Amino acid sequence: MSNKRKVVKLTCIVCPIGCEIEVIAENGNIISISGNKCPNGEKYAKEEVFHPKRLAFTVLRCKNGTMPTVAVKTSKPVSKFLIPSIMKYLSNVEVSAPLNVGDVVVQNILDSGADVVVTRSVDLLECNS
Amino acid sequence: MYTYDLIVIGGGASGIAAAIKAKELGVKKVALVDEKSYLGGVLPQCIHSGFGLVYFKEDLTGPEFTEKLVQKAKKLSFDVYSDTFVFKIIYRDYFEKLVYAVSKHGIKKLKTKTIVYSAGCRERSIYEIGVVGSRPSGIFTAGEAQTLMDIYGIMPGKNIVIVGSGDVGLIMARRFALQGANVKAVIEIMPYPGGLTRNIVQCLNDFNIPLLLSHSVLRVIGKDRIEEVEVCKVDESKKCIEDSIFRIKCDTLIISAGLVPRVELLEDLGISIDPLTKSAVVNDRLETSLPGIFVAGNALVVNDLVDYAVEQGEVAAQGASEFVFNNGISAAQWKKIKLNGNIRFFVPQLISGERDVIMYGRVISPEEKVKLEINEIKKEISFFRVRPSEMIRLRLNKDELSSVKTKSLTFSISKRSE
Repeated sequence: MSNKRKVVKLTCIVCPIGCEIEVIAENGNIISISGNKCPNGEKYAKEEVFHPKRLAFTVLRCKNGTMPTVAVKTSKPVSKFLIPSIMKYLSNVEVSAPLNVGDVVVQNILDSGADVVVTRSVDLLECNS
Repeated sequence: MYTYDLIVIGGGASGIAAAIKAKELGVKKVALVDEKSYLGGVLPQCIHSGFGLVYFKEDLTGPEFTEKLVQKAKKLSFDVYSDTFVFKIIYRDYFEKLVYAVSKHGIKKLKTKTIVYSAGCRERSIYEIGVVGSRPSGIFTAGEAQTLMDIYGIMPGKNIVIVGSGDVGLIMARRFALQGANVKAVIEIMPYPGGLTRNIVQCLNDFNIPLLLSHSVLRVIGKDRIEEVEVCKVDESKKCIEDSIFRIKCDTLIISAGLVPRVELLEDLGISIDPLTKSAVVNDRLETSLPGIFVAGNALVVNDLVDYAVEQGEVAAQGASEFVFNNGISAAQWKKIKLNGNIRFFVPQLISGERDVIMYGRVISPEEKVKLEINEIKKEISFFRVRPSEMIRLRLNKDELSSVKTKSLTFSISKRSE
């Protein structure tokens, strides 16, 4: 099979409109992308066919904070297949308050090129003893 | 007693936006009352992205959206009562409403000219969806599970069955899967999913979680902790097909069976309720049948996007400021919105025709190649497809409305002729 033609039907997840996109690829090269209503959809479809990526989100245990956890995300989309390992790694990470939105808690997580950044600020818990 | 021009009840997205907008419009004394210790409503626990594409033109997580809104609010001066739960509203007269709330410091009695009621919605519970059997531990609503996991860092269980395929249920399916739980199935009684397609893709398909459409959970089995659920296929009239019953082992059952606006306090006041939205009948400033009381956000209509909740908060605040400065909301004649065809509801239900209005609606069932017609203004909008899970939002300009002489406007959705 020298001429491997692949037709992939996708639902775009960039925004809630959810365009139905059709990608036609041959020998690992994209021939056409149709159905998207915006350029973001084209970019998404290109990546989704060969290198699907997602942002990862979770919460980390947080000491001395006004909330027991801090919400975090990866600073950019990472390979979908790396996410389970990222989640496992982060389940063992504990941080301390205070933390602000945008603070980096893990740099270049598992060599993905993405940092893990805070999305929900946590203030230091004042002890009134 | 404290006296305000506006009291906003509920500190979620629409409530914060209402308080901000009212201050920007020059309303002097504004208070925001919220039952929780932190602002943002459900946003701080929605740690995934997809928020704010319309309002902030950025893809933000729920907590990031809250932070941006709160930062905006901090630049303006209004009173915030956190950990304060409103339990009674009294309509004294046109210019005087009383708000009673309980707080750490005792009962508070606040006086105000106007109210923006933005107390959000509540989740339907297992008691409302006809599931019989025992009531062991391990049964949570999706929102409860989300609070446990993403605010308190507590994992509710390991083997999960989710009832209902609305967006909250789908998001929780992914959340559980990411955290290493085994999500056995998402069970939906309707023949089509309740949530947005993008959430089916990124929450279920990404993790190979089965979606059982036209299926229903019949019974909970378990003594101390839930052990199994009994599931069956249903026919078109949602009746159980006898020989299709099977069981799924699980230790956790998540109920994601829809949201209902929280308007008990308004019902007690005797305001008109629309049976279609289960919330207040409102005019184009989102004012209820009681002058000076406005409703916004999910307390008015369960929204798909936080951006819409914010937008409604701002419209209600616009109304409150007009009420304060002009002694009421004016209209020569309120025109009723009538519905025809594949439409579940549209809000607002009354429009003046004297100002722009943003209409929010939903269809009853999925359909392709349809048109929305408003005959009185000769407007026709085409849709490639409509789905109950996707809200329809449209803006009507005062110019196109000004010519209308009838007492009503009829919205109808029907099949487009090719």
